Amino acid sequence: MKEFNTDKLPKKQILSMQIDLSQFEAATDEEKTQHEKMRESTTFFKDGMRRLFKNPLAVISIIVLMILVATIVIVPEIYPYSYSQMIEVNGKRDKTAKNLAPFEYSKNELKAIEQGQEIFPHIFGTDELCRDYFIRVVYGTRVSLIVGLFASLIVLVIGLLYGSIAGYCGGKVDLVMMRIVDIIYSLPDTLMVILLSVVLNQVIGTALQGTFIARIGTNMVSLFAVFGLLYWVSMARLVRGQILSIKNNEYVLAARAIGTKPSRIIAKHILPNCMSVIFISVALQIPSAIFTESFLSFIGLGVQAPMPSLGSLANAARGGMQAYPHKMVFPALFICLIVLSFNLLGDGLRDAFDPKLRR
Amino acid sequence: MSQPLLQVKDLCTSFDVESGEVRAVNGISFNLDKGKVLGIVGESGSGKSVTAYSIMRILVEPGRIKSGQILFNGEDIVKYSKLQMRQFRGKRVSIIFQDPMTSLNPTYTIGNQLREAILLHTDRTKEQANARALEMLQLVGVNDPQKRLNQYPHELSGGMRQRVMIAMALACEPDILIADEPTTALDVTIQAQILELMKDLQKKLGMAIIMITHDLGVIADMCDEIIVMYAGRICERGTADEIFYNPCHEYTKGLLRSIPKLDSKNERLIPIEGSPVDLTCMPAGCAFAARCDKAMKICLKQLPQEYWINDEHLASCWMNVKKVYDEAAKGGEA
Amino acid sequence: MSEHLLEVRDLKQHFPISTGWFQKTPLKAVDGVSFTIDKGETLGLVGESGCGKTTVGRTILHLYKPTAGEVIYNGTQITPANIGKFRRDMQIVFQDPYSSLNPRMTVSDIIGEPLDVHKLYSSKKERDEKIAHLLNLVGLNSDHARRYAHEFSGGQRQRIGIARALAVEPKFIVCDEPVSALDVSIQAQIINTFEDLQKKLGIAYLFIAHDLLVVQHISHRIAVMYLGRIVEIGESSEIIANPMHPYTQSLISAIPIPDPDTARVKKRIPLEGDVPSPLKMPSGCPFRPRCRYATDICAKECPSLKEAAPGHQIACHNPHF
Repeated sequence: MKEFNTDKLPKKQILSMQIDLSQFEAATDEEKTQHEKMRESTTFFKDGMRRLFKNPLAVISIIVLMILVATIVIVPEIYPYSYSQMIEVNGKRDKTAKNLAPFEYSKNELKAIEQGQEIFPHIFGTDELCRDYFIRVVYGTRVSLIVGLFASLIVLVIGLLYGSIAGYCGGKVDLVMMRIVDIIYSLPDTLMVILLSVVLNQVIGTALQGTFIARIGTNMVSLFAVFGLLYWVSMARLVRGQILSIKNNEYVLAARAIGTKPSRIIAKHILPNCMSVIFISVALQIPSAIFTESFLSFIGLGVQAPMPSLGSLANAARGGMQAYPHKMVFPALFICLIVLSFNLLGDGLRDAFDPKLRR
Repeated sequence: MSQPLLQVKDLCTSFDVESGEVRAVNGISFNLDKGKVLGIVGESGSGKSVTAYSIMRILVEPGRIKSGQILFNGEDIVKYSKLQMRQFRGKRVSIIFQDPMTSLNPTYTIGNQLREAILLHTDRTKEQANARALEMLQLVGVNDPQKRLNQYPHELSGGMRQRVMIAMALACEPDILIADEPTTALDVTIQAQILELMKDLQKKLGMAIIMITHDLGVIADMCDEIIVMYAGRICERGTADEIFYNPCHEYTKGLLRSIPKLDSKNERLIPIEGSPVDLTCMPAGCAFAARCDKAMKICLKQLPQEYWINDEHLASCWMNVKKVYDEAAKGGEA
Repeated sequence: MSEHLLEVRDLKQHFPISTGWFQKTPLKAVDGVSFTIDKGETLGLVGESGCGKTTVGRTILHLYKPTAGEVIYNGTQITPANIGKFRRDMQIVFQDPYSSLNPRMTVSDIIGEPLDVHKLYSSKKERDEKIAHLLNLVGLNSDHARRYAHEFSGGQRQRIGIARALAVEPKFIVCDEPVSALDVSIQAQIINTFEDLQKKLGIAYLFIAHDLLVVQHISHRIAVMYLGRIVEIGESSEIIANPMHPYTQSLISAIPIPDPDTARVKKRIPLEGDVPSPLKMPSGCPFRPRCRYATDICAKECPSLKEAAPGHQIACHNPHF
């Protein structure tokens, strides 16, 4: 048993070292506790946010979305043109301002400028009805974003309720509820959306006349109805799956052993733990809703004219695409920006918060 | 003096994670001789498994060997290419893992996987490989081996799967078998079977074994030499008898004190107080100092070096240095 | 016999497992278990994985509805209807210190939950005081209350779990493998904590574990389970020194003793084969296929627990001493 001798370590060379003997005094408890470092306290949320802000794509998406939101909130307030009115020069409608290129002035406007008037440039040009195109795109973005958010909210509420009930009750209740989901899942959704839009349009169109909702159009209402009826199923499945897996955790069992009521268990133990996954899914739902809205507007089932949406703008631009390509490019670009940002943000959120990827 | 089979010199393995560099293995050195059983014991996070993975070079991202040498028969395998490493693994050094279920591919039969392992490293024909697979299963005490060859992993029990893993690891007659917590996932009675089997095979085939475990009972049963690890460093190493009957590091002493003994009714256990260190913020000095009830001022500041206790025993604890000083002082007075 | 704190009579827990279309086979996780626990006593329950020891613990607390059998606490039978009243008397500590604490709650929320549920305080200040007291009781610093569970090490988390169980001042705690997931040095800390609490508060434990070394240390009496049945029960020193059931004998001989000299001379009683699936139980005695002493009667009849020595019962047709 001499194998350790091959190491070139000194044998009992201790005394050759110079050590201050006072160092051999016993350390106090205080010194010991100082020696032990404890990691900084972070909550799950803080930790996740830190991860999120380390992801450059997610940060860029957040910035882009913030700029977009700021634009759609502020610009309509300060912008001199309106989305539904023709451009006016000196109080008179300017019929020469048709299909202008970006930053181009109409003849009337040029005259006015020569007379010393200041006229705000048309950043994106104008459309064939002499309306400023920039404000229309901004309004379109506004509509699209609101539709995306509200549709996702509807999906969230219905999916969360349905999924929680199915997941927590389990057994036969779960079986029946999930079969219903399966049936809805098997319907061709695009076809359903078109059919529902057309049918709902006729049914509720007359009932809503004169109300606030009529302004955004019955199409919009039917759009939300479609989301409420069809798109919640994947959310319900996700919520149910989450709840089933969390339900088996020992802390839920511990809460039951304490005598906690089921409602408190759901509210305090189950929902907070599946929230991150659900919110990530909502963030990814928004672009899909925007897409659907754009698509419906594009085929003419979207918002009521003169209210623009990015889809209907793109549709309108179809006619003169060769002559005025910019009219197609701007709404398309905005759709891309929104969808891409939300997708990247959703991915970033998932990487930062999904417990399955953490350890 | 003959060259040891495996020499690990000043090995450092780190994981670069978000919160910083985790020094999982922090400068360890040891030797392994032919046909010996070396036990590495330590708590979770002490770096014992990472040591094994470093020797096999199967560290998962973001782990990497930062410095140090791993000499196998005098050749540094840290410098090996990927191809060389593939030939080295399985043929020279094999590893068996804690969970036999996840280390066997569920979509292939036992026979298929055993044959693969054999064909990869030897120039046997398919028939010869089949015969060898059967022979290996018999060797590890699998009942009805012919039938088992055509079965899938899920049809076997945990103990049987671990036997198959051992058969696979030994199929190419490696010089070293690394067993990473081979019995932790198994029940006591099955654990006893597997330990008996490993002892038996070691006698028959004469390979060296590196046994990694947190269970001092398993170590006492199996090993000739023992390494005790804490927070990525070696506390103490030596022969089994030296470590168990003459522990010279406060951590080893505490560990041995804290295990309940048979027929020790009413005797209160003496635990090691405190919690394991956080590897992302390692303190200066001895990592164990904060939990050590004999800690001295120097322990908090300076890392103790490895000192020879006797020919068969090394320990890195300042208490040993103090003892020498005390003795010297006493000698001076007398 | 009403002086027992807890009495379990012929407890059965069968889980239906679907084995085909509309076909269900009962998985007999627990199949007729009876024992008693006195005030301030620790009963150790050992057995290999899948023998039903965890199910016993959870069924006693009615976390699973028992298939058959009675659980009698202080002379009153517990039913699913009245279990709410007993939640303050019986608690549980889990094995996994990671999954047993809600990661979204602070330590004070976790320990405060039982206080909230049972309204055990009159003011916010009293609640905080109680939480601080509980933390101190299990050896944690009351400063820790505002931190989240994931910031603690395994041993500290287990202490938080114990503090949660103690919050309702129970008389009986099911300890479901509370130290199996912990490192050796931490195990000893937690075992000591359990022992101290028993001395201070007179709590009775059902201590479930697979590690006989730990169980024999902490328990007054030990019950050995195999495939859903208790095969041997008695004083812990008696079981260790003088095991009578062939399964217990093998189990004890298989304990790895951390001592090289003992290991060298020790003779193991090897157990052949594996534990059969609880879905395909052998006829008669469930241990028969692995038993060295099995005779014809073992295949026909399942042995019941019989007194072999004072306070020492075994379920075996051919006991060997």
